[in-house]
Amino acid sequence: MTERRHEGHGVVDGAASSPVIAPGYTFGSVTDKISSIVLTRGASHGWWLGFLVAFLLANMLFVSLGYLVLKGIGIWGNNQPVAWAFDITNFVWWIGIGHAGTLISAILLLLKQTWRTSINRFAEAMTLFAVACAGIFPLFHTGRPWLAYWMLPIPNTMSVWPQFRSPLIWDVFAVSTYATVSLLFWFVGLVPDLATLRDRSESKIGRVVYGVFALGWRGSARHWQRYDMAYLLLAGLATPLVVSVHTIVSFDFAVAQLPGWHATIFPPYFVAGAIYSGFAMVLTLAIPIRAVYGLEDFITSRHLQNMAKILLVTGLIVAYGYTIEAFMAWYSANTYEEFMMANRMTGPYGFAYWLLILCNVVTPQLLWFRRIRSSVVPLFVISLIVNVGMWLERFVIIVTSLHRDFLPSSWGRYAPTIWDISTYVGTIGLFLALLFLFLRFLPMISIFEMRTILPQAKVKE
Amino acid sequence: MKPTNAPEFWRTLAEHDGADLHELVGDEFASRLPAPPDAVERRSFLKLMGASMAMAGMAGCTRQPPEQIVPYVRQPEEIIPGRPLYYATAMTLGGRASGLLVESHEGRPTKVEGNPLHPASLGATDVFAQGAVLDLYDPDRMQTLTYLGDIRPWSAFLGAMRAIATSAQGAKGAGLRFLTESICSPTLAAQMDELLAHFPSAVWHQWDSAADLNAAAGARLAFGSDASIRYAVDRAAVVVCLDADLLSYGAGHLAYARQFATRRRPENAGIRLYAAESMPSSTGARADHRLPTRASQIEALARQLAADLGVAGVGRAEGLAQETHAWLRAVLNDLNAHRGSSLVVAGEGQPPVVHALAHAMNGALGNAGQTVFYADPIEAHPADQMQSMRDLTGAMNAGQVQALVIISGNPVYTAPADLKFADAMNKVAVRVHLSLHADETSALCHWQVPQAHFLESWSDARAFDGTASIVQPLIAPLYGGRSAHELLAAFSDRPEATAYAVVRQFWQKRHGGADFENFWRQSVHDGVIPDSAMAPRAVSVRTAVFAAAAQVPASGLDVSFRNDPTIYDGRFANNAWLQELPKPLTHLTWDNAVLVSPAMLSRLGGSATPAMTGGERGQIKAPIVEVTYRGRSIRGAMFPVAGHPDQAMTLHLGYGRTRVGHVGTDRGFNANAIRTSDAWSFGTGATVVLTGETFSLACTQYHQLMEGRDLIHVVDRGTMDDRRSTIDELPWMFPAVEYTGYKWGMAIDLNACTGCNACVISCQAENNIPVVGKAEVLRGREMHWLRVDTYHAGPAENPDTYFQPVPCMHCENAPCEIVCPVGATVHSHEGLNDMVYNRCVGTRYCSNNSPYKVRRFNYFLYQDWETPSLQLQRNPDVTVRSRGVMEKCTYCVQRINEAKIDAEKEDRPVRDGEIQTACQSVCPTEAIVFGDIGDPNSRVSKLKGESRDYALLHDLNTKPRTTYLATISDRHPDLDKSK
Amino acid sequence: MRPSNRPRIYGVMAEFDDPTSLVAAAQRAREAGYRRMDGYTPYPIEELHEALHIHDARLTKLVLAGGVAGCVGGYGLQYWVSVIAYPIIVAGRPLHSWPAFIPVTFECTILAAALTAVFGMLALNGLPQPFHPVFNVPRFVQASRNRFFLCIEARDPKFNIDDTRQFMNSLGAREVTVVED
Repeated sequence: MTERRHEGHGVVDGAASSPVIAPGYTFGSVTDKISSIVLTRGASHGWWLGFLVAFLLANMLFVSLGYLVLKGIGIWGNNQPVAWAFDITNFVWWIGIGHAGTLISAILLLLKQTWRTSINRFAEAMTLFAVACAGIFPLFHTGRPWLAYWMLPIPNTMSVWPQFRSPLIWDVFAVSTYATVSLLFWFVGLVPDLATLRDRSESKIGRVVYGVFALGWRGSARHWQRYDMAYLLLAGLATPLVVSVHTIVSFDFAVAQLPGWHATIFPPYFVAGAIYSGFAMVLTLAIPIRAVYGLEDFITSRHLQNMAKILLVTGLIVAYGYTIEAFMAWYSANTYEEFMMANRMTGPYGFAYWLLILCNVVTPQLLWFRRIRSSVVPLFVISLIVNVGMWLERFVIIVTSLHRDFLPSSWGRYAPTIWDISTYVGTIGLFLALLFLFLRFLPMISIFEMRTILPQAKVKE
Repeated sequence: MKPTNAPEFWRTLAEHDGADLHELVGDEFASRLPAPPDAVERRSFLKLMGASMAMAGMAGCTRQPPEQIVPYVRQPEEIIPGRPLYYATAMTLGGRASGLLVESHEGRPTKVEGNPLHPASLGATDVFAQGAVLDLYDPDRMQTLTYLGDIRPWSAFLGAMRAIATSAQGAKGAGLRFLTESICSPTLAAQMDELLAHFPSAVWHQWDSAADLNAAAGARLAFGSDASIRYAVDRAAVVVCLDADLLSYGAGHLAYARQFATRRRPENAGIRLYAAESMPSSTGARADHRLPTRASQIEALARQLAADLGVAGVGRAEGLAQETHAWLRAVLNDLNAHRGSSLVVAGEGQPPVVHALAHAMNGALGNAGQTVFYADPIEAHPADQMQSMRDLTGAMNAGQVQALVIISGNPVYTAPADLKFADAMNKVAVRVHLSLHADETSALCHWQVPQAHFLESWSDARAFDGTASIVQPLIAPLYGGRSAHELLAAFSDRPEATAYAVVRQFWQKRHGGADFENFWRQSVHDGVIPDSAMAPRAVSVRTAVFAAAAQVPASGLDVSFRNDPTIYDGRFANNAWLQELPKPLTHLTWDNAVLVSPAMLSRLGGSATPAMTGGERGQIKAPIVEVTYRGRSIRGAMFPVAGHPDQAMTLHLGYGRTRVGHVGTDRGFNANAIRTSDAWSFGTGATVVLTGETFSLACTQYHQLMEGRDLIHVVDRGTMDDRRSTIDELPWMFPAVEYTGYKWGMAIDLNACTGCNACVISCQAENNIPVVGKAEVLRGREMHWLRVDTYHAGPAENPDTYFQPVPCMHCENAPCEIVCPVGATVHSHEGLNDMVYNRCVGTRYCSNNSPYKVRRFNYFLYQDWETPSLQLQRNPDVTVRSRGVMEKCTYCVQRINEAKIDAEKEDRPVRDGEIQTACQSVCPTEAIVFGDIGDPNSRVSKLKGESRDYALLHDLNTKPRTTYLATISDRHPDLDKSK
Repeated sequence: MRPSNRPRIYGVMAEFDDPTSLVAAAQRAREAGYRRMDGYTPYPIEELHEALHIHDARLTKLVLAGGVAGCVGGYGLQYWVSVIAYPIIVAGRPLHSWPAFIPVTFECTILAAALTAVFGMLALNGLPQPFHPVFNVPRFVQASRNRFFLCIEARDPKFNIDDTRQFMNSLGAREVTVVED
């Protein structure tokens, strides 16, 4: 595995000046610093406060969903013609956010980007939690959620099977595969660190629990060799997967013939959007976390700058997508397409469109300036703005396309109800609650991979 | 009669003076019927009603009337699809009957069809006949006979009436008054005669707010005697409507619409329609040349036309607009070119003199006996009802009325405001009301007698041409209601006589002879009594009546009053189907509005804007205005209607009901409050001001512009033969699916559709489609499988208007199917786009991908699963959908399968026309044709063969099985807008 | 440990401070003819694999097999369902509309391959393994932190408790321990 040896050199890596880890660390100090967050520091008041708030919001979600199942989709604002609205908007938004983790772990690994090491662990965790939130919507937006299992190829008394030409079935397979693979990837990465925690935990419970999940890992060279191979294969598999998932999500729209949905640009433009929102979310989380837990040495300004660059690039791709959408609407000379675009810009939801342009196209241009890229607060604000923008993008695509389609007689409008909002905010609560638990009980940075980028990790000839 | 020698109970009654009684009865009722919270919460209330129904002991059981009723077994071939059991009967509205065939499942009437043998139906029905079934099962109907709110047996009532009769005997019935609606039932009329013979001094008053009062008065004015009028539209090449909604309002409109559509077909001679009207109507929409004209200006216009046509004694009118003159020139030109084959029709909304002018013009044009026929009046005893009402109120105020027996109708609500009928009525000692609902009038009556629905009782009735029908019941009275016959019998010497006996005996007298039994069976079976139509008679117009010059209307706003298109004069206010049925052109539901031209609305500084919730297909925020006319004022939401003349307001009646039931109470505003006897149809000089408040109107299609899209095809009659079919094969990457056997398809002729909405409600009745209530319509969730889209082209002042019924298109390449993850919507081998309810998980993706947006989703549990009476109405052949599933038009697959089973039994293919979808069977103009497009000789194939045939959104290559036939315009060269 | 009643021996373990000395030691041990030995490190060290001649490529073949199985299975499922088990006309498409079957096939391929990769690796590594003799060495907990261990196992034909210990000491190990079994 030659690339790993190169990572060994990774103090100052590539062209960038600032290091991916501050000098002066040893195998021991790295290990102690990260594992102490879990083992010795315990839960601060801040943690409790944050967790409590998130937990309450999560419960709001459960209440909303309970009432939904009791009364019906009617408690939301959905109607004919706008049969999808907040539900699918939130689904696509969450699944998009869920793309950064695997991307960082897999693609950056294959591209030998050693700086990924200190952020991939919680990026992957973020992915898992985001996918969990995303999964809620396709399930509960159906009129009869208790029958959602009909979408799985399970033999049943009616001997009816799923309809494999439907993009929703593709979704079921894509999202469940993505969730599974992301989980495996995350767990495999965790095993050696779990072993570390097992060996260093003072409490008996800690030793037992961590021990169980460490699977008896002992760092044998034979194991490491297969482990590396498996990890690399997973990365190789996850890379096309991560691209395919949002491609298929985009098929939900591209395969339909609704003006505003039926566009060939969608797959690449959705994937770019996913990475865009994913990295935005990583920044949104990484910046406060490294401050709170004093991890500036591990998640250095170098990391933030690289992610900012990725934001800028993907942001430009997304902007290109918007441009092409508008151009094609005009170029197609199709009256429905033309109207759709005009309606998007000047219709009743025009404000959403221009807000989205402001958030996703205008704001990230600030990242051209190194000063902005290298200063934490503006970066944090921009990442938040991009998150909002990406949500708006999905809302605009779904609602403005549906509310005025082919027959003017069927034109209508959509406005969210209190339940639409409580469900959406609730998922954010669930996401944060899970994240807090993760920070408290698992190493948020991959310890063994951090060891590999220390100078002394290199074997001298 | 003097109180001194009054018997005991007079005094007891006298103790209740009107006011007390009002309170007493009022409170009593208030306690029994709590006000409805909101339409969508109706179910919760209906649960309660369900319980009471169960106590009434009728839950689920089927109740055949005791007498022998004759099932409609020998169906005319290929007109009505084979159904469980059909009975011929007739429904009366405004003193005119139209024949029905009512489908009965195990003794439950479930669906109304038209009676093809009946001249006023020809197999079609209007929306009211469709709604009748729901009225029958309405749990809000008056359920018990009460006296001052206490439940009384029928015998007690009989006793009381006998007492009145005997005591009135002395004074030959002086002080005894009867108030009925227009009576077109020969038997009932005979009973009245008999009764009046008994009590020479008793008086029979008539008041029917649904009747064509102006038309009758117009005939009296023109001919000096009562006469009934009927038209032969199919013999007219040119028809001029003066504020007349010939095609969708009034007696015989179904027949006229059929004749109009038939003659307008491309292969037929054609018929050019001119309409000068105030409120845009179906007729105006179908007119080749519509002239928006204030109701108050029509008379001047009519006089001008009459003068030009050389009607004696008519002076030319002054101050007509320039375009009016241009329009009139074209009309004149056409009329002169078609003397004897033209027709001038005056509308019910116009005063008698305009009707007289129309008769005079038809006379001058030699149309009498050609396209218009006059005959004896349909009622046995026609009356000037307005005068009759004035007399009655006068008498009541003068204290000359001891006992008032009101036989159906709701005069307290419908009487002209200036008569103050309610106050006068309170001066009467004994008041009896026979009524379906405990309404505003019942509330003021001592005796409240539940009336038997026409589907529950025997009677007879005459149609617009005099044809008589026997009205036979399909079910015994659900709430022990009584018919008018039985009530009147109470005053005769045979108080216990049943309606059946009375009716049968009447016809036995008429038609003696040994073969009466056959005659009876035949008449009841067919639903028409042979050769009972009135013979035409010659009339002559007294032109002297035109001497009075046209009163040039006082400047100021017109306010005109019209019966509502769906709940009429309010008698259908408690019918949820009719309340939720979008009104033609405005597409408003659940409310009436102050209808004005868009220009007038903006001039007032108001605007009607779609709300973000529901929007154009749900919620319109309209300004509340205060309309004042002669010191009386009402408040209502103002709504713009394209093509409505400026300086005029149209108010629909029937709303603002205070006592009717939980569907109809307190909806909209009561226009009767400013409607006076001297400005019955319209008045000039009204004022209107914005109140600053807004109101949410439930409107299902506010956006009526086509946005330059290719939705409606119009061909010119002159050049239509040059048209090439627009349907061609588009490239397709897959091999086309082979359909063997039947290939079901539908053709909808836009040239025939009058937008009457009968198809919509028929579909609702046939397919158990739930009512969602106003709150849900506001959210854009109404459930109708079939909708009649309305589109405008041209200026908002006077646009061309098109109707387009849109059911599921049953696309062969159905976009909805490809996206369903569970295969809940798939194709049958006969090309049906099937919806499998029990497989649907409700992703709603199909609706998103349906370019026609014909799919409807059960966002809540809309179906009422509790109310027993409503369960009786359901069609057992159609699944009752539950919450969370998608639904849509099935081409009435249950009817298809029924026919296929019959055909298989007889080992033959299904005959063309044997299957009629619910929308098709009730369509007055046969605009909808369904059949096997694989059979080149089927009607639908032939229609699809026409060059007018086109597919909606053809370029999406959905290959819809439902296609449209372009509408034909037939403009007068001088007025042709395109030139 | 006492010379008397000594328990069965798993091997002899040497502890080193840095990866370089471990790799060197491993090389010398191999030159000395030792074969059955294993290194224990806090992170993967490429050179150590070479030094110990660890070349196990079976996993790649397994994953390939898994992927192919997922691919065939995924497409097969869709074909069977749409053409054989429940043939019905949908949107005018043919029963076997292969373009629509590609996404699911792809996902099944990835899923099967990924599962094989992870569980194959665990299986080949004999994990999970509740207990292993090396854990008897008290200082071995450092193997997951900052220490590097080399263990020559008793199974090795050339293994002799005393010689091997001397040999290990000669490698400059910070400490040499006998690993009891």
